[in-house]
Order: sequence, then C-alpha cells, then structure tokens
Amino acid sequence: MATDKVDPIHQFHLNDLIHVDIGGLDLSFTNSSLFMVIVAVVTAGFLYLTTANRGLVPTRLQSISEMSYEFVASMLRDGAGSQGMRFFPFVFSLFMFILVANLIGMVPYFFTVPSHIIVTFAFSMLVIGTVIVYGFWKHGLHFLNLFVPSGVPGALMPLVVAIEVISFLSRPISLSVRLFANMLAGHITLKVFAGFVVSLGSMGALGIGGAILPLAMTVALTGLEFLVAFLQAYVFAVLTCMYLNDALHPGH
Amino acid sequence: MFVTPAFAQAQETEEMQSGNGAADGSAEMHTETGVADHGGGHEASFPPFDSATFPSQLLWLAITFGLFYMFMNKVVVPRIGGILEHRRDRIAQDLDEANRLKEEADAAIAAYEQDLATARNKAAEIGQEARDKAKAAAEAERAKVEAELSERMAEAEKSIADIKAKALGEVDAIATETATDLVKHLLGGTVTKAEVDAAVRDAAAK
Repeated sequence: MATDKVDPIHQFHLNDLIHVDIGGLDLSFTNSSLFMVIVAVVTAGFLYLTTANRGLVPTRLQSISEMSYEFVASMLRDGAGSQGMRFFPFVFSLFMFILVANLIGMVPYFFTVPSHIIVTFAFSMLVIGTVIVYGFWKHGLHFLNLFVPSGVPGALMPLVVAIEVISFLSRPISLSVRLFANMLAGHITLKVFAGFVVSLGSMGALGIGGAILPLAMTVALTGLEFLVAFLQAYVFAVLTCMYLNDALHPGH
Repeated sequence: MFVTPAFAQAQETEEMQSGNGAADGSAEMHTETGVADHGGGHEASFPPFDSATFPSQLLWLAITFGLFYMFMNKVVVPRIGGILEHRRDRIAQDLDEANRLKEEADAAIAAYEQDLATARNKAAEIGQEARDKAKAAAEAERAKVEAELSERMAEAEKSIADIKAKALGEVDAIATETATDLVKHLLGGTVTKAEVDAAVRDAAAK
C-alpha cells in the first residue's frame, strides 16, 4: 500500500465495486463507472436545478447554465453554421460531460474518467460515426466530395485525395489521443511532483526545506491542470463542430 | 474453450459501440489482454491500455452518457433554450413598448409645440389688433384736434379780415373828415360832404 501511495500510475487503476460477469465478459461496475455516474448526475442535476425557476432575470447559478448553453451554441454556429444547430444537444452533452469529468478528476482521490483511452476513443468514434452516418444520409455519395477538394489540378488529384482520406481516418485517433494524453500526463506529472514532496518530507529537516520547490510546482501545475481540463473539453467540442461541418457541407 | 466465446462477444460489443474502423485494433488488443489476464491479472499492464477493462468502461459509458444525452436533449436544452427565447422575446417586446411610448411622447411634444405656436400667433394677432386700434384712435384724435385748430384758425383769420375790412372802411371816413377839417381850416370855406368824398375817392384811386 505504501508504494501505491507514491506510484503515479496507481490513480488510473480500475477497481471493481460491483463485480458483474456476463458470459465471461467483465462488465463490472468500477470506480470509473461510479465517476461516470457522478459526472452525469452532477452535471444534469446542476443544469436541471439551476434552471428550475426559469427566471427572466437569472440568478448567478442560472447564468452559469445559460452561459455554457450560449458558449456551446455560438461555438457550434461558428463552426458548422446554423444548420449545425440540429446537433446542439449532442455537442452540448459532449462538452459538458467531458468538462465536468475533467474538473471532477482534479479533486484529490477522485477518478478522472477521460484518462482512459477507451473512453475518449468511444467519444471520438461517436463523433466520427455521427459525421459519417449523417453525411451519407444527407448527401449520399456526394459526401465523398469531402475527399476531392475543388480547384486541384488533375495530376495532383490522386495524391490530394490520398492525403484527405488519411487525414479523415486519423481524426478519431488524434481526437481521442489528445484528450486522453493530456489528462493522463497532467495527472501523472501532478502525482510525481506531489510524490517528491512526500519522499523529501520524510528525509528530515533538510528534506522538508527542499520539498518547498516541488510543492510550489504542484500548486502551479494544479492551476495549469484546471486550464487544461477546460481547454481540452473546449478543443474536443470545437473539433466536433468542425467535423460536423464536414458532414453538413462536404463540398469544401 | 472458455475464452473463445467471450472474445467473440467482446469483439461484437466493440464493433457495435465504437463503429467501424476500430475492429482490427481492438481485436488485437483483446488477444494481448487474454494473455495478460492469464499471465497475472491487471497489475502487470498500464491501466489505460488494459483492454480487460474496456467492455466494462464502454458499457457504463454508453449507459451514463446515453442517459445524460437523453436528459439533455429532452429536458435541459429545451428548457434553457426556452428561457433564452423567452428573455429575447421579452426584451424585444419591451423595446417595442418603449418605442411606442417614445412615439407617443413625441406626438405629445409636437401637439404641445403646435399649441404653443397657435397661442403665440394669437397673442401676436391680439397685440397687432390692439396696436392698430390704438393707432386708429390716436389718428382720429389727431384729426379731430387738427380740424378744431384749423377751424379756429379760419375763425381767427375771418375776424382778422373783418377787423381789417372794418378798419379799411373807416379809413375813408377818417380821410373825409380830415379833408373837410383841413379845407375848413385852411381855406375857411366849407365844402360839401359830397365834394370831399369825391376828392378822397380820387386820391385813393391814384
């Protein structure tokens, strides 16, 4: 247990809270699942309760809900035009879920849901899946125009199309790895510096003096991580808007 | 014997939940996990890459995010959208009301100004009228005074002329008398009044 406390990877371990095993498939309710539920309940509860009065003049908390609504709405309108507003509930849910999951992960001893690549990968596949399904449903085979930019000389066309296809296929990977890696790396760094404080602190007076530096570093990194938590949710939502724009307007 | 159906199921879930494109990668990862699981449990591998946890994470993510999305879609988004819409309508309505009131105020000001202008015109008219009347009265007074004066002047002139005529009339008589006296005194004779008269008339004619 003592080594667990300073092991920076320990915080990412999944522990079964309720063991569920269906046909040999481990579907246990883990600490990650618990925090998914917490994120969903906290976010939905906040948005639901703060807007319960439907005040014409908003209270402070109602303003927060309204500001997040308008923030995502303007992001989506800028990124995908007014037609993109049909995806508003989807982008809003994504942004709020990831943002709150990131922020809740900043609380000590709390689990960070997006620090597991399968979660971020599922989100990005959901986005790309929506883009592909909606693109083909709305535009049929014209959706493939996405890979054929206009105004490119014929000789270069195969190369450009290849590049476009590769860039499209790499989107879900870059989208998921960006969020996952940021959350993972940030928490590891925090834990490493915090670990220095503990190990130096156990080395006597000199160690306690020396521990000031990593302690200051931990404080600074905590601030940075809050920024990253917001920024990564924002980046994820902005890129979602851009990809949805491709589904709505495939003709560049 | 036991592992194979589980793999097949896991793979199916993977494909269903994460869509196309991920099938190859996840299948490979599952093979690894199978080895890791049999080799010594979770502790050996880096937790985020431990594919034994993937089905559980995907399932619970699908449940929580799915419910979260449905709640957002059905309740929260329409509600906040409604609040904002209502506020926009209300502000537009208030602005319209304010515009209407402003127009009313403008109309009132215009009416007031017009009344003021009418009153001013009327006042000027009344003033003019009074001035004209006063002028006319003064003029009439002046004419009356002038007429009186000229009448008096005429009277005076007439009386002067009378006096003058009277005086001139008496000159003959005085001359006759003086001539008679002179003749009587110088010549000692008498002349008749008729002779003296004729002589005076001659002298006056000369």
